[in-house]
Amino acid sequence: MTTAGVVFALLFYLAALVFAGGLTARIVVYARTPVPLKIPTTPAPTTARGVVFRMAREVLLFESLFKANLWTWAFGILFHFGLVLVIVRHLRYFTDPVWFWVAAAQPFGIYGGMAMVLGLAGLWARRILVQRIRYISTPSDHLMLVLLLGIGLSGLAMQYGAHPDVIAVKRFFLGWLRFSLQPMPESALLYLHLSLIAVLMIIFPFSKLLHAPGVFFSPSRNQVDNPREKRHLSSWAAVMDTERPHG
Amino acid sequence: MAETVVAPAYRVIPIIPELKPGSMGQVRSFVANEKIQTALGFPGQVVDDWHEKALAKMAELLGKYRSLKVYMDACVHCGACSDKCHYFIGTQDPKNMPVARQDLLRSVYRRYFTLAGKYFPWLVGARDLTRDVLDEWYTYFNQCSECRRCSVFCPYGIDTAEVTMAAREILDSVGYGQKYTNEIIGKVHSIGNNLGLPAPALIDTLQGLEEDVKEDTGVDVRFPIDVKGAEVLLITPSADFFAEPHIDSLIGYAKVFHAAGISWTLSSMSSEAGNFGMFIGNYDQLRKIAMRIREAALELGVKRIVVGECGHAWRVAYSFWNTLTGIGNGADDPFALQLQRQLDQRYRQPTHICELTWDLIERNALRFNKEANDPYVVTFHDSCNVARGSRMGDFAGGQFEIPRNIIRAVANHFVEMADHTTREKTFCCGGGGGLLTDDLIDLRVKGALPRMEALQEVVDLHGVNFMATICAICKAQFSKVLPYYKFDRRLVGGVHQLVSNAIILGETH
Repeated sequence: MTTAGVVFALLFYLAALVFAGGLTARIVVYARTPVPLKIPTTPAPTTARGVVFRMAREVLLFESLFKANLWTWAFGILFHFGLVLVIVRHLRYFTDPVWFWVAAAQPFGIYGGMAMVLGLAGLWARRILVQRIRYISTPSDHLMLVLLLGIGLSGLAMQYGAHPDVIAVKRFFLGWLRFSLQPMPESALLYLHLSLIAVLMIIFPFSKLLHAPGVFFSPSRNQVDNPREKRHLSSWAAVMDTERPHG
Repeated sequence: MAETVVAPAYRVIPIIPELKPGSMGQVRSFVANEKIQTALGFPGQVVDDWHEKALAKMAELLGKYRSLKVYMDACVHCGACSDKCHYFIGTQDPKNMPVARQDLLRSVYRRYFTLAGKYFPWLVGARDLTRDVLDEWYTYFNQCSECRRCSVFCPYGIDTAEVTMAAREILDSVGYGQKYTNEIIGKVHSIGNNLGLPAPALIDTLQGLEEDVKEDTGVDVRFPIDVKGAEVLLITPSADFFAEPHIDSLIGYAKVFHAAGISWTLSSMSSEAGNFGMFIGNYDQLRKIAMRIREAALELGVKRIVVGECGHAWRVAYSFWNTLTGIGNGADDPFALQLQRQLDQRYRQPTHICELTWDLIERNALRFNKEANDPYVVTFHDSCNVARGSRMGDFAGGQFEIPRNIIRAVANHFVEMADHTTREKTFCCGGGGGLLTDDLIDLRVKGALPRMEALQEVVDLHGVNFMATICAICKAQFSKVLPYYKFDRRLVGGVHQLVSNAIILGETH
């Protein structure tokens, strides 16, 4: 049993707890906050089915961003879909035997890693080079990109440079899933990679990364456009109807 | 002040302008006085404990509005909205970028309501709520017309209008209201309409209109008011009663009712479609103003409620009336059912005047002499609140098609302005959201820039000489700012003004 094994096991238990707990708590807050008025940005779907399609286009194709700015859209798509492929590829560390579709997706995961880094670099370049975006950027906006770039680049560096013992890494995470501490192979790049991921998970519920759950709760996107056909009433507004009109 | 205001130059190519930080920092709408404020139940002037009160109000709103809560968290500063606001394009002040305007509030939200902002304010751009910040809120949240253009482009649908409404609600609650909007809300409560037109003056005006139309057409077109048992209650912006060019559309509505044989009435108690309660984000005011219409409908026993040409009024009517007052359909509570049982549910409740006219045209119930509009080459300016906050007809986007269909039915020459300036991407006229006041004329002229550029293009290409629109604020704003861009102020008018020109009155067979 290595010290690194213990440290990373504990770190990831903490990170997973904060990530899942923090995100759940936030989603509960969003879900419980009332929506007193109908405010879809129109033209909006007139049926619930239509809203599902609108949300799907928004989440999978970044439809609104496409209308807004092709550069940001392209870099955003590269990053997010690259990240999805990377996550799929990494599922091999958590499954034994590896699911067939995860195995099939392995080569794409590498391209995903490259796309992700390219997209992040593009987004960061815009943040630095475009005057308007530089103006609205806070230090955390830059650091978030640095963090994600760090994760992507350290991952690619392990793929193409210093290969850590991936069999041992897999043993570590399979054990971690079962609360059984396993050694972590020695590799500075791997430690960096894993530490940055833990940081990302921990800050997720407290940062602008909340855009991920937030988009699903955005009333301008998820409401059905049917205010005339059906009376929309929130809890606190409904109370007013039963009060005597005043003044 | 007005003499010094000059229109910005057209952009040679419509590129995104350079930033000019602070360029609009001195443009501040007049602050409401004590009398105006207290009439609405707000503190008369900025209270001593404004800091605590403002934060308490913010906490309250974050708990009452999911939109605000999610929008405060979700922004990633991607910049998608940053070049979309007409006020930013016209003024180049970076704080008029939607994201930067939101950040004025978000920075304080982060400081007091998030973990990161509490412990690492410098990292996430969090700010203490100081008097300077409060003043900055007042300045820049009164430079947003709540037109929702930014929300079209935001990947999370963040609507700056919601943020502006929250900020104005906070400002009002600490005694820092805007004169123009709050004074007008006071007039609605005390007199019944935004212009403060008392009932006798209104009745007089309507009689004068009957005489004018008789003289013009030889036909007895009525402008009825307070008629119990009429089928339709018309709720229209009070500017329609006397302002130019608004009044020509009112004549158009009356002619449509006359030609279709629909009995209708106005209400002296509720002679205003506009609802400035929305502009200040105050639900109580929004509801109280809308309630006047419910009361008028119940009192007059009408079967249908029709709304005249007014942008934000139609948003409130279409999107909010059912919620606020039960004017609509599909309720199962006694409050709303009391009214919904009275209204004829074969019709859309409420109905936009354009929906009514277009339905009649489709049924061949109206006849037109289109040549009457031949002097005009017409284009259509989509009003922001109609375009992005409401609908007409039975399909998404009906709010774009129906007014255009009417124009094509009554006029022979119609052309569109550039795609990126119409329909859901339309630019605000520059005077919406409670900014239609002379103390903001500088902002209004600059904010009109993108629309004026698009208009100039079709004027040059097609000889456009009539820009039709369906909003009282658009009409008033353009009448005022068109001359700054070397256009004739009479270039703007209503869709029903064109209907009025072409409609054939008298026997239809």
